[in-house]
Amino acid sequence: MKRPQVTIDGNEAIANVAHKTNEVIAIYPITPSSPMGEFSDIWSAKGEKNIWGTVPLVQEMQAEGGAAGAVHGALQTGALTTTFTASQGLLLMIPNMYKIAGELTSTVFHIAARSLAAQGLSIFGDHSDVMAARSTGWGMLFANSVQEAQDFALISQAATLGSRVPFMNIMDGFRTSHEVMKIEKLLDEDIRALIDDDLVRAHRARGLSPDHPVIRGTAQNPDVYFQARETVNPYYLKLPAIVQSAMDKFAAQVGRQYKLFDYVGAPDAERVIVLMGSGAEAVEETVNYLLQRGEKVGVLKVRLYRPFSLEHFLSALPASTKVIAALDRSKEPGSTGEPLYQDVVTAISEGLASGNASFSDMPTIVGGRYGLSSKEFTPAMIVGLYGEMAKQNPKNHFTVGINDDLTHSSIAYDPNFDIEADDVVRAMFWGLGSDGTVGANKNSIKIIGEETNFQAQGYFVYDSKKSGARTISHLRFGPRRINSSYLITEANFVAVHQFGFLERYDILKDAAKGATLLINSPHEAAEVWNKLPRKVQEQIIDKELKLYSINAYDVAKEAGMGNRINTIMQTCFFAISGVLPKDEAIEKIKEAIRKTYGKRGEAVVRMNFAAVDAALAHLHQIDIPGEISSTIDMPPVVPEEAPEFVQNVTALMISGDGDLLPVSALPDDGTYPSGTTRWEKRNIAQEIPLWDPDVCIQCGKCVLVCPHSVIRAKIVDTEDLTDAPEGFLFTEAKFKDFGDKKYTLQVAVEDCTGCTLCVEVCPAKNKSQVGRKAINMEPQLPLREQGKKHWDFFLDLPENPQNEHLKFSNVKNVQLAQPLFEFSGACAGCGETPYLKLMSQLFGDRSIIANATGCSSIYGGNLPTTPWTTNKEGRGPAWSNSLFEDNAEFGLGMRLTLDKQNEYARELLRRLSGTGDLAAGYNGGEEPLIDAHLAEELLSADQSTEEGITAQRQQVKALKAALQGQNDPAARDLLSLADVLVKKSIWIVGGDGWAYDIGYGGLDHVLASGRNVNIVVLDTEVYSNTGGQASKATSLGAVAKFAAGGKSTPKKDLGMMATSYGYVYVAQIAMGANDAQTVKAFLEAEAYDGPSLIIAYSHCIAHGINMAKGLEQQKLATSSAYWPLYRFDPRLKDQDKNPFQLDSRAPKIPFKDYALNENRYRMLMQANPDAAEQLFEQAQQAITERWQRYEQLAKTEG
Amino acid sequence: MDLTTNYMGLMLKHPIVPSASPLSQDVNKIRKLEDAGASAVVLTSLFEEQIEQESRALDHYLSYGTHSFAEALSYFPEPQDYQIGPEEYLKLISEAKEAVDIPIIGSLNGISPSGWTRYAHLIEQAGADGLELNIYYIPTDPNLSSAEVEKMYFDVLRNVRETVDLPLAVKLSPYFSSTGNMALRLAHSGANALVLFNRFYQPDFDLEELEVTPQLQLSNSHELRLPLHWVAILHGRVPADFAITSGVHNHIDVLKSLMAGAKITMMASELLKNGLGRIKEILADIRNWMEENEYESVAQMQGSMSQLNVANPQAFERANYMKVLQSWRPDPTGRLK
Repeated sequence: MKRPQVTIDGNEAIANVAHKTNEVIAIYPITPSSPMGEFSDIWSAKGEKNIWGTVPLVQEMQAEGGAAGAVHGALQTGALTTTFTASQGLLLMIPNMYKIAGELTSTVFHIAARSLAAQGLSIFGDHSDVMAARSTGWGMLFANSVQEAQDFALISQAATLGSRVPFMNIMDGFRTSHEVMKIEKLLDEDIRALIDDDLVRAHRARGLSPDHPVIRGTAQNPDVYFQARETVNPYYLKLPAIVQSAMDKFAAQVGRQYKLFDYVGAPDAERVIVLMGSGAEAVEETVNYLLQRGEKVGVLKVRLYRPFSLEHFLSALPASTKVIAALDRSKEPGSTGEPLYQDVVTAISEGLASGNASFSDMPTIVGGRYGLSSKEFTPAMIVGLYGEMAKQNPKNHFTVGINDDLTHSSIAYDPNFDIEADDVVRAMFWGLGSDGTVGANKNSIKIIGEETNFQAQGYFVYDSKKSGARTISHLRFGPRRINSSYLITEANFVAVHQFGFLERYDILKDAAKGATLLINSPHEAAEVWNKLPRKVQEQIIDKELKLYSINAYDVAKEAGMGNRINTIMQTCFFAISGVLPKDEAIEKIKEAIRKTYGKRGEAVVRMNFAAVDAALAHLHQIDIPGEISSTIDMPPVVPEEAPEFVQNVTALMISGDGDLLPVSALPDDGTYPSGTTRWEKRNIAQEIPLWDPDVCIQCGKCVLVCPHSVIRAKIVDTEDLTDAPEGFLFTEAKFKDFGDKKYTLQVAVEDCTGCTLCVEVCPAKNKSQVGRKAINMEPQLPLREQGKKHWDFFLDLPENPQNEHLKFSNVKNVQLAQPLFEFSGACAGCGETPYLKLMSQLFGDRSIIANATGCSSIYGGNLPTTPWTTNKEGRGPAWSNSLFEDNAEFGLGMRLTLDKQNEYARELLRRLSGTGDLAAGYNGGEEPLIDAHLAEELLSADQSTEEGITAQRQQVKALKAALQGQNDPAARDLLSLADVLVKKSIWIVGGDGWAYDIGYGGLDHVLASGRNVNIVVLDTEVYSNTGGQASKATSLGAVAKFAAGGKSTPKKDLGMMATSYGYVYVAQIAMGANDAQTVKAFLEAEAYDGPSLIIAYSHCIAHGINMAKGLEQQKLATSSAYWPLYRFDPRLKDQDKNPFQLDSRAPKIPFKDYALNENRYRMLMQANPDAAEQLFEQAQQAITERWQRYEQLAKTEG
Repeated sequence: MDLTTNYMGLMLKHPIVPSASPLSQDVNKIRKLEDAGASAVVLTSLFEEQIEQESRALDHYLSYGTHSFAEALSYFPEPQDYQIGPEEYLKLISEAKEAVDIPIIGSLNGISPSGWTRYAHLIEQAGADGLELNIYYIPTDPNLSSAEVEKMYFDVLRNVRETVDLPLAVKLSPYFSSTGNMALRLAHSGANALVLFNRFYQPDFDLEELEVTPQLQLSNSHELRLPLHWVAILHGRVPADFAITSGVHNHIDVLKSLMAGAKITMMASELLKNGLGRIKEILADIRNWMEENEYESVAQMQGSMSQLNVANPQAFERANYMKVLQSWRPDPTGRLK
């Protein structure tokens, strides 16, 4: 039977089977499993059917806990049901998983296994999540590759129906879920052959029905719970045989034979590694290499991990085994060893004790950890491990792949060891996210996989930043199955799509001798060699590289492709690599273009074709001179003045060498210094804003909207500017109370992303040239060196603190407040960060931030460098992220601490000053330690103004001085608590996915608590961080993932729900529509001594807009009354006023005038105009009705 | 009384044809035009630029930010089938052909040589009875010679002529050094009809915002003079039918146009402003006028006041200019008229 060879990733491979074998699919986004839900949603939206000829019903839930609940319910009523998840999502499912297993219910959850958040969150792959769920009673099947992920999806489905035990079908997150691999796709008839419809009907028959009612889910007592728990044992005893039988049936149908434990290696192996997951592929590859060299080694690949079949395990091990290394991709601190190790030890011991083992002596068993958070696991490490196993006393409880210089757990290996075969082409491509490199490489690997006989593999490594992100594509193809589940280090083709990378990264360290180097160069071919850094020239000569160059930007520009050089570089790759005859390659590239872009219209296809056709004429081979001629050196990663930690640790992460950091270099509790983005100069903007002081009206709008805090203003004395560097711009200050002072506005040229929001918002036009404003974009490079000097000088100028002459109460004045959130890795033109920056300007020096997982926790807290920073006094926001779902509670906990500590500190103050009711509590009535007047001042301080807070800080300073050196326990306690006497702000920050969906229950509770917390919802109306899935904030008619046909229900009115408490301050704001209202809302929210909720319209890349026009869209959203601005201030009730103030005017434009500027709405119009018209009509109606309600509310008397 | 007219081979029951405008945006509106008595319809224009722009915009926003960040490799669901391209327009033609009996004339505004021919071919395939090439080009580049601009017109026309068998009309600009020569050469290059003239929408300035703002103003009867003048000059000298568009608002405008030599008059502003009922009103007025003045057919009057047929052909020429200037007298009230 001929099956199609397809080149797809693990997520798609699994989703193919899951969608074919289920009736109900409950989904929720979480990296790296989200694409499985996305595929299912799209396929169902397109009407694709399962093997029974019906379209599976796909339902997005509000959380993974909710998804598990929905799955449980669907299963209990008899539907074949599945879900997809990973990491924390799986943890949220655990309670239901116990129930589903306890009730012997057939289902498969497909897992892209991922790290759990511990000292830090990680989106990457390991087995921490599934190991945390291993006691739920679920079968656990581990796939090691994309092919196996697909195959096991079907085998687990067959096994769960046959056994009634639910299954986790597990693949490694990213390494398998995102690896693109040529596989044989299962046909519907294969799936049919494995699925027994009688078992499906039996599953259905067990479903709850009032037509044959039963009760399931009882509460049980000590008399029977135990016995009842043991009733399931026979099912587990039978399970291994059922799984093996499904594997055998699969082999008979498809031809690929799997065993519960698959052994590969010498029949007389003495050293055997036992493991599961993608790492087993690399071990198998290494074993095959070692076997050819006569080594007696083997690997046992664990397929079925739960239930762990002792019998099958023992029989799979060669009798000759002397040393076993059990490798776990997880960590269980404090245990006697990680889970697989413990299982292996138990299995061998029991086997020997019972006489069922084939060997008579107890082998040496060691256990170790590898590959946490997708840490590389390479043949070099594996050979190192086999070497360790050959020692007399091999290290136990080891780690491999890192340098543990703390507890010395790591085993040594030669990092330069490599076993890549000569006939495998290994290509690496360094690109920018925005240049389309990854997309083109995915097409290339598909072309090679599907148009040649080669086996093909593609894996893609991304940056931690959302703007100016670097990507590295790793492509392999060759004549045999590719087991190399690790990154390429000996590339025989290296493409550098950004010339500037050559100065920043040691790219050629991964080039093999004699490799080909292709560079996209802005320089003429004759000039390319001279423009290369010295080190690069040296590597090219030493490694005898062949060098090609092309000015792909010129070709792209000519073809109308902007900066998307993807198909041009792809064409060059095919031409140089010769994988296909040139003409055939071009034909295939064009076919791929048509397939990928055809639906987007002919114009796009033609544009890409033009680029392909023009590419080769611009490709040049460069002669390599025998000598190094360059004087260009690679600059230091961080400047010399950076702090020690940044020099020694952060810099290595920035340069891509974080793998080299030893354990001792890293903080042991996840605590990192604040404000490190300032040391990572990314220089990603091609153009930056340049200030024209003569045109500027000093309104501060550019400073306010800059998402990356790169535009700042100060007012200074003339004498401060005496030593200003040449060209430093300033002008007369146009501020009241600032006499003859000077105003200066400066740009951090190296930190700017070039988003142009500042230019867009600037209201001041040049009277002689109306196309120019007070801020204009200019090329960065010529301005860089001078701009750096200006910026450094600017930073050293005195800040403008708030005082009686300067209140940060309006947009103009706020520009003078120092931002304590700067240079984040958010998207260029981000709509969220201006709000956070504003918050940091106003209250940053007294804030603690609880940040829900999402975009804001990634650009706010993703290593290597983080943006929350400090002022000159060392104060600034203290930031933390707990989880996605619990952020409101996390922030409330912070408030509770502060409230309690404040209360205790005040009690101590009274005790120690001999004042108040608790005076008697102090030391039996001796002389008070604290002056009663100071205590009174501290206790009664009015901290409602900045001056009041500053005064209190001074008083606390005096208090600390008085307490210093005192031995009295109460005095020491008060010294440790004194700072809480100064007002602190709690800011609870997150996106709409958190606030409207997964965290809503907690958010609601925190609002209801009445405690003084400030909640900011950065509302992008989708789950932006995971790629734009619909949330309950998504508006009616918008297309989003999980709402491919346009969302059919209106956005939830979170603000109105919160106002219903009556004592919650609520503001709905949009900076682009009314910046003054935004500033006012932040000030009022913080000042309100109770819960505050600010819902901030945040334009987003996921809206499909020109990000430079984000503020304009905010204005239109408000003008159309889609996003009315209002404030609900409970304090106004005390003044007999209406607490609800509507801050925007009656609608001026129809909803469509706003909506159709955005791709999320427009694409529905293009895909399904009739449905779009209908949804837009409903949306308009909902908007009109809501506006009328708001108007009524605003008219109500207080 | 015979109001029929033959416009580039299409026999129309009278000479009033709604021109390309929002009035022909969808099939229901086209049906209403027929019910209102229109003798043919020129569809709203298919803009190649818009199709290109939509396609590129969709591509841009679907690609923007993708494959950059590990958690969000894309931001939109990968597509269903989009109606990017001429499909909607072609569907409108075929639906209109099904729905009404009057001739449907497509209108095309291209930007690239391949675009003109590709879309002309598709419009023909969709069943249009004729095609109007709406060449809207503003030569802002002072380095571009008039010969080059003119060549562009001919190239477009020849290419389309080679591609389709449909009757072809060219809607042209009034700004040529030699409008007559242009018209003649267009006719020789395959134009069956010439539509005089395309209205060029000059933008306005917003002094508050210091911005250039697009302005669309409906035409008035004064604008009739320019096409009227040129049709009268060219009638009988250029082997093509003429249509007058811009400034046709009442029966007098129609009659003047016909007498100048137009086969049809095109109308949009009047219908947008005063409703479709105007077609029947104007037709009634024409009939009355013809009856009063004892005309039997439209054909009888077509070109009757063209330069070739008037008693004083100089009225269309330079001498007339002088007379007009000298005829101005100040208003006795002191106000300018």
